[in-house]
Amino acid sequence: MIAEFGLAALWLAAALAALQLVAGALALTGTGAALAALVRPVAAVQGVLGLIAFAALIYLFSVTDLSVKLVAANSHSAKPMLYKLAGTWGNHEGSMLLWVTVMGLAGAVVALVERRLPERTMIATLAGQAWVSLGFYAFLLLASNPFERLASPAAEGSGLNPLLQDPGLAFHPPTLYLGYVGLSVAFSFAIGALITREVGPAFARAMRPWVLGAWIFLTLGITAGSYWAYYELGWGGWWFWDPVENASLMPWLAATALLHSVSVLASRNALRAWTVMLGVVAFSMSMVGTFLVRSGILTSVHAFAVDPERGSFILGLLSLYIGGALALFAVRAATVSEGERFAPVSREAALVVNNVLLSATLGIVLIGTLYPLVAETFGAKVSVGPPYFNPMSAIFILPMLVVMAVGPLLRWRRDQVARVRSGLIVPAMAALAMLIWALTEAGASLLAALGLALGLALALASLLPLRGRNLRRTPLSVWGMVVAHFGIAVALLGAASDAAFTQEKLVAMRPGDQIALGPWSIALKRIMPVAGPNWTALEADMFASYQGGEPTEIRPQARSFWAPPQQTSESALVTRWNGQLYAVLGAEAEGAGPAAATRWQVRLWWKPFVPLIWYGGVLVALGGVLALIGRVAADLRRIIARGMIAYRRERMGR
Amino acid sequence: MTAIKPKHQRLVLMVVALAALIGAGLLAAWALRSQASFFYVPGDMAASPPAVGRAVRLGGMVEAGSLKTGPDGVTLTFVVGDGKARIPVRFKGIAPDLFQERSGVVAEGRLGPDGTFVADNLLAKHDENYVPREMKDMTADQAKQTVAGTR
Repeated sequence: MIAEFGLAALWLAAALAALQLVAGALALTGTGAALAALVRPVAAVQGVLGLIAFAALIYLFSVTDLSVKLVAANSHSAKPMLYKLAGTWGNHEGSMLLWVTVMGLAGAVVALVERRLPERTMIATLAGQAWVSLGFYAFLLLASNPFERLASPAAEGSGLNPLLQDPGLAFHPPTLYLGYVGLSVAFSFAIGALITREVGPAFARAMRPWVLGAWIFLTLGITAGSYWAYYELGWGGWWFWDPVENASLMPWLAATALLHSVSVLASRNALRAWTVMLGVVAFSMSMVGTFLVRSGILTSVHAFAVDPERGSFILGLLSLYIGGALALFAVRAATVSEGERFAPVSREAALVVNNVLLSATLGIVLIGTLYPLVAETFGAKVSVGPPYFNPMSAIFILPMLVVMAVGPLLRWRRDQVARVRSGLIVPAMAALAMLIWALTEAGASLLAALGLALGLALALASLLPLRGRNLRRTPLSVWGMVVAHFGIAVALLGAASDAAFTQEKLVAMRPGDQIALGPWSIALKRIMPVAGPNWTALEADMFASYQGGEPTEIRPQARSFWAPPQQTSESALVTRWNGQLYAVLGAEAEGAGPAAATRWQVRLWWKPFVPLIWYGGVLVALGGVLALIGRVAADLRRIIARGMIAYRRERMGR
Repeated sequence: MTAIKPKHQRLVLMVVALAALIGAGLLAAWALRSQASFFYVPGDMAASPPAVGRAVRLGGMVEAGSLKTGPDGVTLTFVVGDGKARIPVRFKGIAPDLFQERSGVVAEGRLGPDGTFVADNLLAKHDENYVPREMKDMTADQAKQTVAGTR
């Protein structure tokens, strides 16, 4: 019953999206001006219906209704409740339903809240939003219906991929989706502004909170995903340049560029066509990401749908939206005047350089990610990994870090390098000292040494915009910028330190053995079997002591799940202020040696300062949150002040 | 510099952006030629071996009776074959749990000067839903063997 109810809500939502598109289009052409009043309420109701459908699916998963195909294929009655709920979006159909739900809700919020833009632009924006959602509704209803019933209910569900049975999963996909879909709103704003030729500061101010919000969620999603891969996959790495990771990195790069250019447009009325173009590119990257992840052309824990029909459906949507938006841009770009001018040395110019370098990095990642797919259609099987991505992206990212250090110090419109030179002496000297030390004393690789040096310089330089300001009266948006840039520096230092100083040991140990790794001494006490709710495991009981200090007990596990049958390794971590010890238990080591005591494979890493990577990611997101609060608060103050003025006028008039 | 006309500024911006993107594209194309890692089955690798030290991947079946663990307990040696050729492989690390003899494997690594393939990473079949892509693309016969092997 609930399943049919959810399906009905979904069909209704799709019908309303169609109505929203048609009403909006007719209102814009002038033949149906009366329909204009329909668009906002319809958008709001559509959002609510999507939410109802999603709530129905969550309910079906929570009670493990095995007559529903999706639940039977992806859940199990013995699963803990958290994973039953998380299982709702831990599969293809559920995650696409989450996508349209978030999209509908975002459209509803835009419809209810945004009043700053001319009504025509708003109607065009909401029609654009409906145009995009309609495609995804069609995809859900025609090619991946989440509410499909089984002819006869299954006796038991087949479970959820054990790799995904992790608290992080409950939050990772919704976070990324909020980011992806937030960019769809920016895309709709760009379309709306292009159609009505209203590309200007007001458009940028309306779009900015959405870009900022999407960017915050993407940042958090990437940071969380990276940490998940780090501790769950047990390979000791934190970024693999896996196509699925790139699928989230590419929208982030585009959103970062968009975030900066939208600020220029909002405050300086420059870079108009540029901002619109980035709005289109950012959402295109979200869809490319979705296509890569969901079409089944990649194999990973994310590729649920290995169904070529679905792949072609998403590819069709992708080309329809990107092609349509680019065609619109080509037709209308000439009518968008470029706006205010600026000198080659100015804040605007620095942001342009940042934009160009981010776009170039995006190009490098995009080409590297798509190349294997293109090559495969020509019959060559290749994969592209770190030897390509690391140096190629560094070529663009390293100069960008320099611009990041200098840019925020420059004035708008026109400035002299000489004015900011004195402040940059300290960061530059620190970077030089760090570079020399890292290359000679520490023996780091060139890339890692450059990362350490630039990270240090950027950490110092990112604080300079606060120099000479009254810290209490500094606007939140400036704090946001400083915190986010500082966060990038922190993450960079963590990554470079990991690359330069990680020590690794791979050994076969007997219970009672002790080994040394850097400053650590680690003893294996015993191996014992343990059991969890839906798995059994071998657990190593180990004691790790840092420089002869009090030992810490760690218990890495090799887990075996039975529904579906699969093995995972649970790494054990010891986090200190200056780094992390990472331990993985492998298999029983066969081969030579006395039979009395079995040896066990153990892999250990000592990673100095590696947690800085994720602390940095969180700081970057925090910077975004500060800026968002600052912007929204300023908007609210303005709305309230306007209301007060109107109210007083009304009273005076009486 | 304030003498730049708006039209010129837009032109300059466009040229800068295009130059950077084309530069990035050319750089990517050049780097991919030397850095993309190709997939080999043992027959191909024996017929036309890749340059020593170049990152490639090798996929095939782990031959029965060839899997040995070294005295240090963490170095595995085994032979990957596809019926046409046999390539010895050395791997130091923790093998995936479903890695075993008579089952399919994809080894990421490089060919050593002595003709042994040195693997940095092994991919084996994890479960019904997660099969390394290369395994899916094997010939029907190989696939049948692989599936039979990992059951």
